[in-house]
Amino acid sequence: MPEYTLRLRRYDPETGEAPHYEDFKVELEGHRSVLEAILQVRNEQDGSIGVRCSCRAAICGSCGVRTNGKAGLACHTHLDAAAKNSKHGENVIVVEPMGNMPIIKDLIVDMEEVHWKKIRRVTPWLVAKEPVPEREYIVPHAAMVDVTQTMACIQCGACVSDCMTMEMDPLFVGPAALAKAYRFVGDPRDAEQGQRLKDLSEDPHGIYDCTHCFQCIEACPKGVAPMSQIMRLRRRAGSDFHIDDRNNGHRHEMAFIKNIRKNGLLHEADLLPDSYGGKFHPRAVPELLSSLPVVLRALKTGKVTVKKALLHEHKASPEIKRIFDTVENREVRLEYNLYISGNEDDLADDPADTTGGTATATLAPPVVEAPAVEAPAEPAAVETPVEPAPVAEPAAEIDTEAPAEGEPTEGDTQ
Amino acid sequence: MPSHDVLIIGAGLAGQRAALAAAEKGATVAIISKVHPVRSHSVAAAGGINAALNAEDSWESHAFDTVKGSDYLGDQAAIEVMCKEAPDEILWLEHAGVTFHRNDVGQLGTRAFGGASQARTYYVADITGQAILHVLYEQLMKHHEQIDRYEEWFTTELLLDDSGNCVGAVCRNIRDGQLQIFNAKSVILASGGAGQAFSPTTNALICTGDGIAQAYQIGAPLMDMEMIQYHPTTLAENGFLITEGARGEGAHLYNALGERFMEKYAPNKLELASRDVVSRAEQTEILEGRGFPDGTIALDITKVPRKRTLEALREIVNIGRDFAGVDITREPIHIKPGMHYIMGGVKTDVDGQTPINGLYAAGEVACVSVHGGNRLGANSLLDTLIFGRRSGEHAADQALSKAMPSTSHSKIADTQRKFDSILNRATGGRRISEIKNELGETMNRYAAVYRDQAGLETAHEIIRRLKEEAAVAAIDDKGTVFNQDLLGAVELEYMLDVSECIVVGAKERKESRGAQFRTDFPERNDAEWLKHIDVSRNGDDAPSVTYSPVSITQWEPQERTY
Ligand SMILES: Cc1cc2nc3c(=O)[nH]c(=O)nc-3n(C[C@H](O)[C@H](O)[C@H](O)COP(=O)(O)OP(=O)(O)OC[C@H]3O[C@@H](n4cnc5c(N)ncnc54)[C@H](O)[C@@H]3O)c2cc1C
Ligand code: SF4
Ligand code: SF4
Ligand code: FES
Repeated sequence: MPEYTLRLRRYDPETGEAPHYEDFKVELEGHRSVLEAILQVRNEQDGSIGVRCSCRAAICGSCGVRTNGKAGLACHTHLDAAAKNSKHGENVIVVEPMGNMPIIKDLIVDMEEVHWKKIRRVTPWLVAKEPVPEREYIVPHAAMVDVTQTMACIQCGACVSDCMTMEMDPLFVGPAALAKAYRFVGDPRDAEQGQRLKDLSEDPHGIYDCTHCFQCIEACPKGVAPMSQIMRLRRRAGSDFHIDDRNNGHRHEMAFIKNIRKNGLLHEADLLPDSYGGKFHPRAVPELLSSLPVVLRALKTGKVTVKKALLHEHKASPEIKRIFDTVENREVRLEYNLYISGNEDDLADDPADTTGGTATATLAPPVVEAPAVEAPAEPAAVETPVEPAPVAEPAAEIDTEAPAEGEPTEGDTQ
Repeated sequence: MPSHDVLIIGAGLAGQRAALAAAEKGATVAIISKVHPVRSHSVAAAGGINAALNAEDSWESHAFDTVKGSDYLGDQAAIEVMCKEAPDEILWLEHAGVTFHRNDVGQLGTRAFGGASQARTYYVADITGQAILHVLYEQLMKHHEQIDRYEEWFTTELLLDDSGNCVGAVCRNIRDGQLQIFNAKSVILASGGAGQAFSPTTNALICTGDGIAQAYQIGAPLMDMEMIQYHPTTLAENGFLITEGARGEGAHLYNALGERFMEKYAPNKLELASRDVVSRAEQTEILEGRGFPDGTIALDITKVPRKRTLEALREIVNIGRDFAGVDITREPIHIKPGMHYIMGGVKTDVDGQTPINGLYAAGEVACVSVHGGNRLGANSLLDTLIFGRRSGEHAADQALSKAMPSTSHSKIADTQRKFDSILNRATGGRRISEIKNELGETMNRYAAVYRDQAGLETAHEIIRRLKEEAAVAAIDDKGTVFNQDLLGAVELEYMLDVSECIVVGAKERKESRGAQFRTDFPERNDAEWLKHIDVSRNGDDAPSVTYSPVSITQWEPQERTY
């Protein structure tokens, strides 16, 4: 049986000692989990090791830790996989408490202080539509499957631990809480979708604070893909509810789209003014003035030159136009959600088919790296459900335009 | 000293449902849990929850299936209450936000489950328990003004006043070791099952029978303790559960010869016979040499269309892949019967009242008894919610018409002394974990699918010895912050008490019924044993046995075939 060195970060607030690392030897088969190793050590060598755990099967969300620097569930991380990723020596596995949260003892962090406070920030309960029906609400099958992706969240905090934005901005509402918000915004039974979106758009630490770093998708053991949920919130806020957030996040995204449609490539000199409604928009002047230092720096470093700024050297190719046309001419906006559809391989409905199926027996987060596939046998998409009730300014019609923001690769990979 | 109308110990489905019901009645509520509420073991329930909500279905049909499943040991009056109230409970959950599976026209859809004559199991993929638990927690957050949550607090004992009424509990804040008395007019125990007394088990590490033992300690009777459910499909290596939903969706069982052996044991219901029947069939195949070399049976889920499996059984696809290295959509997975559920518990009536005034129990910790000798799949979530709600309502009503009873602080000193003595034990004895392992293996050997007198006697002797060893087992952690080592020692004592009661009940019942199969008494014997066995604490530390009648309303016992 292989021997592993478990290097645990120890901290006991009562001793007055500084945090330190302690090595323990364990003998266990490689497919056993890091949690089993920790428990073996605790049972046989040192009962004082602090770690939360209960189900042992990646269901309860107790055992979030960092293994070799990456957040995840200890019970969902195989020893051999962890050892392979180790930079600390052969079969040395470093286990530390999660990040972005205060440490209480050893591997135990204060989830209440960070994670749960943020969850409570998003009004985390259904505000049921009136009138409440006598029987169940009638809602599309696909809409329930769609929100089941966020219901699958076990509140382990791994995404919060590794969120880059949260590290810079502790006030950021964060991946888990925003995924929770989508659980209601995507639920056709909720009466306050518009309010929720307005609130989270206008909060400077809300949905437009995320920097698309993908860390939360990587960390999540349940395929919740928080970043994808944040993108969905943005799409719904901007396209369905026409929310003009004070942070200008939505218009900034639209500027990207316009830019690509015109140039095929990013043309930075247009991006900034367009983000404020064009060079001649009244808001653009003060904003552009305040952005002057950035512009100057860009000029100085050569990122933007006067020539580049004035001349559009690059024109969008017909292929790009075609993509826009195809997407924009759809009657309804399709939300490709691989959580619902599975990927192409998964859809091969033939039990006898054993040729595919490569995504097995790995303990990498169950994120299958596959681009969204164009509607296979059965459409793998949810139509944006139901009539949204606009709150901010009443919108005359539902805009079902699909923003092109990274659609195929933005991480709807579950 | 925190004082509330209603104190709830345990924040799984039963506890949270009780809290919401009591709050709705206008009571002030405290809910205590040794883990954060969403970590409670209810989160693991996969398959679904039963209710006769379809127009073609009826509560009588659901009730009859439950009675038959219980091998006629279930109390029919209680079963009627549960099955009648089930449809409204599902709708309540739906309105509260549970994302139940829908059919093509957007109504609630069902799946088939074992022992049921209709497809009446409502579900959310295979995360039903998780979805309901998280939605109830959403509601707890919403009603925070009435419901005080004490998350990561450990209850160590229940408090009685001089006239024998239950008036609160002593609890330890796990975060800083502080002891506190919680004073209350009504106390509801909702602290879950005791699966960790067995090894392996499908139950989480926190399922250590705390509430069962605490009620037993203050003299409350336990009922049906001998009835331990072995689930037919658990992973051999670690005991993880493969939900019955898999068979509900159409998966088959095969022995090593490739025979679909359930054709022999339950020609009509096959894999969907009730759990005791399927587990016994598997165990017989294994004992008679038709299992696989690793002592297992094959569960073939490839029969289910792949897309359906990926949508409806996602969690076990993950479990197969991550914990057994098997892609269940492409190959069979090896399983065997494993300890899963404890039908017995603290004896209550249909309002959750125990014989001790002021003390209620609901959920797996309790025994109403709606499961009798064998619980049907997807009836436990229902049990937790229906009787959680009923306890909450009744406890609130009672509390609102009472004055706050008085409790004395002296109990804190007693508990502190007990903790100190554990902290100060001399090293040299066995480790807590060793004792726990031996207990688990003992129970799994002698109190499992097949039992006999000699084995049960042996088990009892071992438990008595382990009790002595546990009383002197030293721990490593001497601190106050998150001293999990200390709480582990306390939990071990609870598990030993519960195990003893299980074994005493099993020895007493000299017949085979439901989950109890005695190879020395292989027949059901209604003439002598159509009755509950109650176990209660007698003097210092020995369980004594009494009997109570089974309630029969409309279904006379019949022979049970599937
Ligand atoms: C893997 C698995 C799958 C299952 N699937 C299904 C299914 O599909 N359908 C179904 O109907 N049933 C199913 N069951 C059974 C069902 O999940 C349980 O019986 C039920 O959830 C028990 O709920 P509960 O509220 O009684 O207890 P739990 O959910 O176990 O909660 C117990 C609570 O008590 C607290 N607690 C315990 N001791 C203490 C203490 N000393 N101090 C303070 N707090 C304490 C805990 O922290 C926890 O909050 C399944 C069980 C398992 C193991
Ligand atoms: S993608 Fe956004 S939410 Fe996710 S970790 Fe990165 S910054 Fe945080
Ligand atoms: S989104 Fe994923 S990583 Fe984040 S808390 Fe939920 S389950 Fe954990
Ligand atoms: S122990 Fe439950 S998620 Fe790891």
